[in-house]
Amino acid sequence: MPKTADLAKQSSQGVEDISAEQLLFFYERMATIRFFEDKVHECFQRGLVHGTTHLARGQEAAAVGAVMALRPGDRMTYTYRGHNQVIARGLSLTSAFAEIFGRETGCSRGLGGSMHLADVELGLLGSFAIVGAGIPVAVGAAITAQLDDRGDVAMTFFGDGSTNIGAFHEAMNLASVWRLPIVFVCENNLYGEYSPILSTTPFVDLARRADAYAMPAEIVDGNDVVAVHRASVAAVSRARTGGGPSFLELKTYRQSGHSRSDPAKYRPKGELEAWLARDPLPRCEALLREQYQVSSEHIKSAYERAHQLVEKACAEAEAAPWPAIRDLGPETYQVEISA
Amino acid sequence: MSDMIEMTYREAIVLGQRDAMAHDPKTLLMGEDVAAAGGPFKTTEGLLDEFGPKRVRDTPIAEEAFVGAAMGMALTGWRPIVELMFADFMGVAYDQIVNGIAKHRFMQGGKLNVPVLIRAIGGGGTRFGAQHSQTGEGWLLPAPGLKVYSAGTPNDAYHLLRAGALDPDPVIVLEHKLLFNRKGPVQRFGAEVPPVNGTLHIRKGGDITMVASLGMVERMVAAGDLLAREGISADLFNLRRIRPLLIEPILESVRTTGRLLVIEENHSPGGWSGDLIAKVVEAAFDWLDAPPERITLPEWPLPYSPALEDASMPSAEGIFRKAADIVSGRSR
Repeated sequence: MPKTADLAKQSSQGVEDISAEQLLFFYERMATIRFFEDKVHECFQRGLVHGTTHLARGQEAAAVGAVMALRPGDRMTYTYRGHNQVIARGLSLTSAFAEIFGRETGCSRGLGGSMHLADVELGLLGSFAIVGAGIPVAVGAAITAQLDDRGDVAMTFFGDGSTNIGAFHEAMNLASVWRLPIVFVCENNLYGEYSPILSTTPFVDLARRADAYAMPAEIVDGNDVVAVHRASVAAVSRARTGGGPSFLELKTYRQSGHSRSDPAKYRPKGELEAWLARDPLPRCEALLREQYQVSSEHIKSAYERAHQLVEKACAEAEAAPWPAIRDLGPETYQVEISA
Repeated sequence: MSDMIEMTYREAIVLGQRDAMAHDPKTLLMGEDVAAAGGPFKTTEGLLDEFGPKRVRDTPIAEEAFVGAAMGMALTGWRPIVELMFADFMGVAYDQIVNGIAKHRFMQGGKLNVPVLIRAIGGGGTRFGAQHSQTGEGWLLPAPGLKVYSAGTPNDAYHLLRAGALDPDPVIVLEHKLLFNRKGPVQRFGAEVPPVNGTLHIRKGGDITMVASLGMVERMVAAGDLLAREGISADLFNLRRIRPLLIEPILESVRTTGRLLVIEENHSPGGWSGDLIAKVVEAAFDWLDAPPERITLPEWPLPYSPALEDASMPSAEGIFRKAADIVSGRSR
């Protein structure tokens, strides 16, 4: 394992724009996501998670750094690999676990599942299990943000694979011609399902896509929460002040396979190890220690808090009731038509 | 009624949107060339002048983007009306319509609404060829969560658009481009819009029940006139809502007439008439004096040549003959 001093060097220099308290908070949220995803994995083995689930282990900094640039009133769309983003935004862990377990107390009362965690009150408009489909929806939220003129923005998360689908290109084009307040956040984790990026995409640096839509873009170390946060703050602020859309490419890595049944045997030897050496959590921890002089006790207690939160939420969700077997018409239509 | 105004189907479409926007400042309109040009079929004429470019918006030719965006707008407090220049283009935005708009409320446990109104201009008989002539409703049937309306008259167009624009659920209103210049009485509403009777009883008769929607309504009515001359009285229904289907009025009618003919401008596999007839057979089998029948499109896309296109579409004469055969027993 690399020494923490080396890890600190990998991360952003000159961190004066982010306070120690802030970074410690980011760290705790990242740890929460890590514990959450590991717990979901464990619960899958125990039969509590049904169907499939797509973990974002290793992509915690991308989610936290970007989402923390938002304020209440801003809206997000994201994908089936979206536990990291909704937790970053503050979705109740209990309701997230309960949803993933298919229970009544889930954020969508068990009708959505792992791929559809949402909470409109938090601006979490929805998680889409169709690659790219959430991107135009975020563009719609950006149109209304522009119409309502309160300075709100939309942020849409998607993976590298989504940049090959039509919805992405149509949405980028529309956002650009209407100069919408939106930030396109691409978590480039180098794999679209099981396929390495260069087998499906002509280049690795997806920020190049933005040039086709006359949109400012930045390539960011997605495992460096400070770098992600800085770039996101700049993009969000551009959107808030009428500067139009931006594209952020966050270079990151999916430490687990695509979904529950994927052991990820297609990864070249040494790749995972190289990325584990750039794991966002130890890097953030090193930054806190080396550059912010935050004590090990403080860091440890944030880490422990995250652990406790996740354990408690999971236990509550496990004890939650199944949804009643009932007519789901009222969930299908707000105003039902009789007979 | 005294407050009925005579206008064309096209004018009713414009007025329906106009009144919806006038009564709700958060209703807006998007589509290809709907603003500056007033719509390729002039179905949005004058709306840009009245409501301005923020609420009447020309989009890129990118249905997936603007239909998807409409969903995002609906989730954030606005009520978009989207014009699809041709119903065939629903295929381009199909994922957004059936996986997104239709299911989103459900997938969030009924905690939110997606009040999108999509206007899909469709239908054959206008020599537009196979990719610009479908009505498209068959694509929408396997999508619980959607309400699918179809406008067969100017009054339908106005009422359905007004009701659709106020519905908290996603609504697709099918319009037929063959009807744009048809004139008829329209009842105009203020801020309050009465609920839509989805299965509208338009003529009373005792010999045979007939059901049609969209462009086939006027042909069914014309066939009803021909039948009357033969002394056959047809009980006619204008099916204004295809999904969810309100079957009861049709069941009641069939229990009286014992006979049913359904006319649908769609292919029979995957169309609504099959489900409608199945429901009738399930619930009113004992009252049937003849097998229920239907007239649908043949098993090929609509051809371009006027000679071939007309021969491929249900006609008033064809409906009349089929209905007369059912009543006389010759059809069996």
